[in-house]
Amino acid sequence: MSQDVETRNEQYADYVKKMALPSKYFPSLIWAFLIGGLITILGQSFYLLYETVTDLSPEMIGALVAVTLIGIAAFLTAIGVYDRIGAFSGGGSIVPITGFSNAVSASAIEHRKEGIIFGTCTNMFKIAGPVIVVGVALSWLVGFIYFIIGLFGG
Amino acid sequence: MERGKKECKRPIDISHKKQAQTNPRHNQTVVFKNGVQIIGGYSIVGQKEGGGPLKSTFSKIMEDEYFGEKTHEAAEQKMFEYAIRGAIKSAGLERGDVDMMFSGDLLNQITSSSFAARSFDMMFIGIYGACSTMALTLGIASCLVEAGFIKNAVVSAGSHFATAERQYRTPLELGNQKPPNAQWTVTGVGASVLTSSTSPSASIHPRVTSVTFGKVCDWGVKDVNNMGAAMAPSAAHTLIAHFRDTNTKPEDYCHIFTGDLGKLGENICRDLLANANYPVDANYTDCGRLIYGKSQNQYQGGSGCGCSAVCLNGFILNKLRKGEYKKILFVGTGALLSPVASFQGNTVPGISHCVCIES
Repeated sequence: MSQDVETRNEQYADYVKKMALPSKYFPSLIWAFLIGGLITILGQSFYLLYETVTDLSPEMIGALVAVTLIGIAAFLTAIGVYDRIGAFSGGGSIVPITGFSNAVSASAIEHRKEGIIFGTCTNMFKIAGPVIVVGVALSWLVGFIYFIIGLFGG
Repeated sequence: MERGKKECKRPIDISHKKQAQTNPRHNQTVVFKNGVQIIGGYSIVGQKEGGGPLKSTFSKIMEDEYFGEKTHEAAEQKMFEYAIRGAIKSAGLERGDVDMMFSGDLLNQITSSSFAARSFDMMFIGIYGACSTMALTLGIASCLVEAGFIKNAVVSAGSHFATAERQYRTPLELGNQKPPNAQWTVTGVGASVLTSSTSPSASIHPRVTSVTFGKVCDWGVKDVNNMGAAMAPSAAHTLIAHFRDTNTKPEDYCHIFTGDLGKLGENICRDLLANANYPVDANYTDCGRLIYGKSQNQYQGGSGCGCSAVCLNGFILNKLRKGEYKKILFVGTGALLSPVASFQGNTVPGISHCVCIES
């Protein structure tokens, strides 16, 4: 690329930045906090409910709560509600486990038309796949660090 | 110079020169001697577009996004068939009267257009020009009609929100947020029927009188959610080329329409034109800005092939037919991106083609 083109592109990028609308951080943060908080309150309520009606161990109840939230989010995705919540709550509905459920079920629905195997199964983890990969890789890393510390008698 | 003069004396060059005089090409612009008549137009849109400020100008508003089909892709294809049939009918022609069909869309291998072409017994030319497709098909078909190679042609372009989202972005039901500079792909297909004209004054229909084919402009924009900024330089570039080639100014046109730059892109385009000493004022609007109302909250406005196609075949042609516009410029603007290219870190090149229509 010649010098002229580079300077022009840089100037243009600065100009576009000035003209473009910035993301509205403040309302986004409030909504994310409210919706994200609501989802966790819902999770905690289920926890308390399961604690009173069953006599399972806390780990089992935790897993049961996660499954319940995943089920609800998948249902809301299927009836076309979750994406509307996501449009204003942003991170508030992406970060909790419901966001993961939405990413998987949305991809599954989207590609159902290409068949079960080559559509749904192939594309199901298109969006959520990186989360699993990064999760596994990080747990390996953390485990390794834990192991090293253990060697020195930590 | 000397050599050029000598060569001009040879018979073959004289005939070439004569040819050039009938339809002169000035740099990027082809100026037609007789003009090509637009005798029919049809536009079909989705519910969202049908609820916007231009709703009364569309020929048909679909009841739902599937249009009676099982997939969105099949719906898009059916929209093409519907619009092309409608355009031919509105021109008062039979299907057998049209020689050639020019069509394009946003999907891989432009399947909506080519699958729709199966239903028509016409020569088919599929064109990909991203969102500039309507102006591009109109421009190419006009050249062939004016040159006398074909008599009648149908040109069309369109897009569908759901198919475009799937191809370029994320699944429909994914709960993510769109950034504020994003645009909304229009669900709609527009088609027009062109026919040759024997003389400039013989026509009662709007006529295509010149076409400026654009060059690819890349000003280094990498943000795929800001296509207005990526396309605005190419729109300005093609418009400037048109003004320069035809020796006109923006004031000489009743209105100038760009395809789908959106609000931000329109403002950038205005600035770029003003910098080049071709300031535009109230006689310039972007179709992407027109198509959705304020309450519809579609970020910067509409985008996609369908955006400019339905505006041209609805709102703009209506005004030309009524004589409210005498001479307009219609600029299709396209962002030549692909998901693969942008993930690999490429910038977004823009392309624009300009068609001058007079009534």
